[in-house]
Amino acid sequence: MDPRFSDVGSVRADLEAANYLADDGIAGVVYLADRLQKPILVEGPAGTGKTQLAKSVAEISGARLIRLQCYEGLDEAKALYEWNYKKQLLRIQAERNSEIEWDTIEDDIFSDEFLLTRPLLEAIRADDPVVLLIDEVDRVEIETEALLLEILSDYQVSIPELGTIEAKQIPLVFLTSNNTRELSEALKRRCLYLHIDYPEMEREKEIILNKVDGITENLADQVARIVRSIRQLELKKAPSVSETIDWARTLILLGIDQIDAETATDTVNILLKYQSDITKALKEFAQSDEFSG
Amino acid sequence: MTTTESPIESADDPSSGGSPMLDLLSGFIIELRNAGLPVSLTENLDAMEAVKHIPMEDRDTFKYALAATLVKNHSHWKAFEVVFEVFFALRGSEYEISEDRFPDLDDMDDDQGDTQGQGQSQGQGGGGGEALSPEQLAQMLLDALRKGDQAMMRALARQAVRRYAGMEPGRPVGGTYYLYRTLRNLDLDGMMDQLMDQSREQAPDGQLSKFEERLERDEYNDRIEKLKKEIEAEIRRMLVADRGVEAMSRTLRKPLPEDVDFMHATREEMNSLRKAIYPLTRKLAARLARKRKYGRRGPLDFRKTVRTSLSYGGVPADPQFRFPRPHKPEIFVIADISGSVAAFARFTLHLVYAISSQFSKVRAFVFIDGLDEVTRFFDGVDDIGEAVHRVNTEADVVWVDGHSDYGHAFGVFWERYGKDIGPKTTVLILGDARNNYHASQSWIIKEIQSKARQVHWLNPEPKSYWDTGDSIVGEYTNYCDGVYEVRNLRQLEGFVEKLI
Ligand SMILES: Nc1ncnc2c1ncn2[C@@H]1O[C@H](COP(=O)(O)OP(=O)(O)O)[C@@H](O)[C@H]1O
Ligand SMILES: [Mg+2]
Repeated sequence: MDPRFSDVGSVRADLEAANYLADDGIAGVVYLADRLQKPILVEGPAGTGKTQLAKSVAEISGARLIRLQCYEGLDEAKALYEWNYKKQLLRIQAERNSEIEWDTIEDDIFSDEFLLTRPLLEAIRADDPVVLLIDEVDRVEIETEALLLEILSDYQVSIPELGTIEAKQIPLVFLTSNNTRELSEALKRRCLYLHIDYPEMEREKEIILNKVDGITENLADQVARIVRSIRQLELKKAPSVSETIDWARTLILLGIDQIDAETATDTVNILLKYQSDITKALKEFAQSDEFSG
Repeated sequence: MTTTESPIESADDPSSGGSPMLDLLSGFIIELRNAGLPVSLTENLDAMEAVKHIPMEDRDTFKYALAATLVKNHSHWKAFEVVFEVFFALRGSEYEISEDRFPDLDDMDDDQGDTQGQGQSQGQGGGGGEALSPEQLAQMLLDALRKGDQAMMRALARQAVRRYAGMEPGRPVGGTYYLYRTLRNLDLDGMMDQLMDQSREQAPDGQLSKFEERLERDEYNDRIEKLKKEIEAEIRRMLVADRGVEAMSRTLRKPLPEDVDFMHATREEMNSLRKAIYPLTRKLAARLARKRKYGRRGPLDFRKTVRTSLSYGGVPADPQFRFPRPHKPEIFVIADISGSVAAFARFTLHLVYAISSQFSKVRAFVFIDGLDEVTRFFDGVDDIGEAVHRVNTEADVVWVDGHSDYGHAFGVFWERYGKDIGPKTTVLILGDARNNYHASQSWIIKEIQSKARQVHWLNPEPKSYWDTGDSIVGEYTNYCDGVYEVRNLRQLEGFVEKLI
């Protein structure tokens, strides 16, 4: 299969054209994953653009996005495939008094017609180019990770009754994790690892400019700076990129073009979710203004 | 340069005898392993594949590409970066150092770096630096910081190192010494003041609000930090050029978070430990839950068996079993939280509470010379870190003078809580058993052991220190089911895993 990207620079440029601001690390690892035909495990705090990265890569490479959203209790039947028991039972019942041999019936009920395809198998069986997003994989139990291993290393799915189904095209696979638990070594070994942290100030400013309609360069700059300063505090939960964007949009709605202590105080609840964090931030930045200078 | 001649590790090194790039890479991987980073064979192979696609000249991308194949744990990133920066210090055209690495040796002593012209750098260093007076250098630096001119800051950083670090070939001092000398001469605090003054002057009414002041300061701090990084990088390059990669890797090597000694952690290491404890506890919790779940086979699961039987035409050929519910132990933690061992107690309490679902009950007691039950601090909180912090600040643990007295503390415990210990209780005692020459009252531990399921003692000191000076851990050893050295997260994790 032909590589999707010609060089690292073009990954970055294409992503930017699709409104995703990558840095050298992100663009480089995406490029590498395509060349090495390896999945990428993207880890980092919530709201830093992990899911969006997979979506944007699908967009720029003209691929269909197939998404498996993980949750506690996710199992084979929801992730890979499931036999349509009901339909199978009906068939068995229908044939009960007929002459047909059990072997034949068995072959019959374990055929494609009775197979319910779930996202992982769908990605493997696709004829068209696919980006497979296995989102928030840290939410499944560690044992469930085993379901993913065959796909991640060999791009195939073994179904005991049908045999091994190999990929027709190698999908570009993204797994994301908010790092609520450590993933197994086996899974990590099969992936390239990309840690996405909160962006540097300059990149966050670019993200704001790209995502927030009608914002001025100057206001985007202020927003990015203030967010950077707030993230330096020891907080229960630092503001994510999505919260930065929400804040910038709010400021636009309020018609603000210069952020002072008062506006920041009035709107800080969009950036920070815990009262103790808000109190701390206000104390550090805004309060007792009258004593300064 | 000796970088390519690093000894090749034989057995599991797939790349021996390859191209220069692959030789270089295998040397790099050896350094990573020396730094304690786990690199598997697959990962090694992936890295070899990766370097075919990303040229070394794209330095940052190259670094991230290597990291993507070799480092799968974010808490190992720092250690990786140190090795990378040293190992590739002299690679890539813009990083080469020309012949006269140590210009002006004789004149560079201390503060009198005012030696213009002779023997100065011949055009290297990115330009803009020749024959500057210290005042000019300072002025240019100030301008660069004000504008945030990254390229200029890099050039000036090099110039400053040449001029002020006073580096001499072969001199056995560390990079921090040179960094200190360079920074002292640059007076960055003074620059910060000047920058802030300028900002205030430019403000509409000649002053900044607290809010503006803070933001402005954060911005300049950020630029100054970047400048310092450039200076450090330049010093590192020169040291590597002088002493070689291996020596420098050794000097700069830092333990991974999981190997940092609780008792001797620096502030920065404490921070990285605090960050490492969260994922560690979650990993451990998951593994322990699994161990409990799959440890034994339970009774037949009828419904599941029937469902599975469909693939056998309705014959229950593959019976499915329910997982058993083994009983859970009850845990009492008794922790010394006096100065030297406080950090150890903190992490252990954190870990025990993080996996508290593995126990039917957890109770915690802390002591110095008095003892207090602190279970209440953990009840119904979701932030264990905060609860542990309250334990350290609010618990009532001082009886006489706030110097450890294990004997007295155990006496209090026995009197108030001894009756609560039963055959399901596992007791963990945490401490270095440095008892200021008080009586051990080890009979209490003997009594506890006879009532409890098990008694374990975790000691954060190296074994070789036990029973030296006022350490009396030996007096308690006979009455414990196990006494363990637990000096870092790795050992702590190992113990907890054994416990269940
Ligand atoms: N680098 C980026 N470029 C553009 N938008 C970004 C970037 N990073 C984050 N965002 C925006 O932030 C929001 C949250 O991103 P998301 O991918 O859902 O976060 P995560 O999956 O890491 O929790 C999205 O609206 C996304 O568009
Ligand atoms: Mg997401």
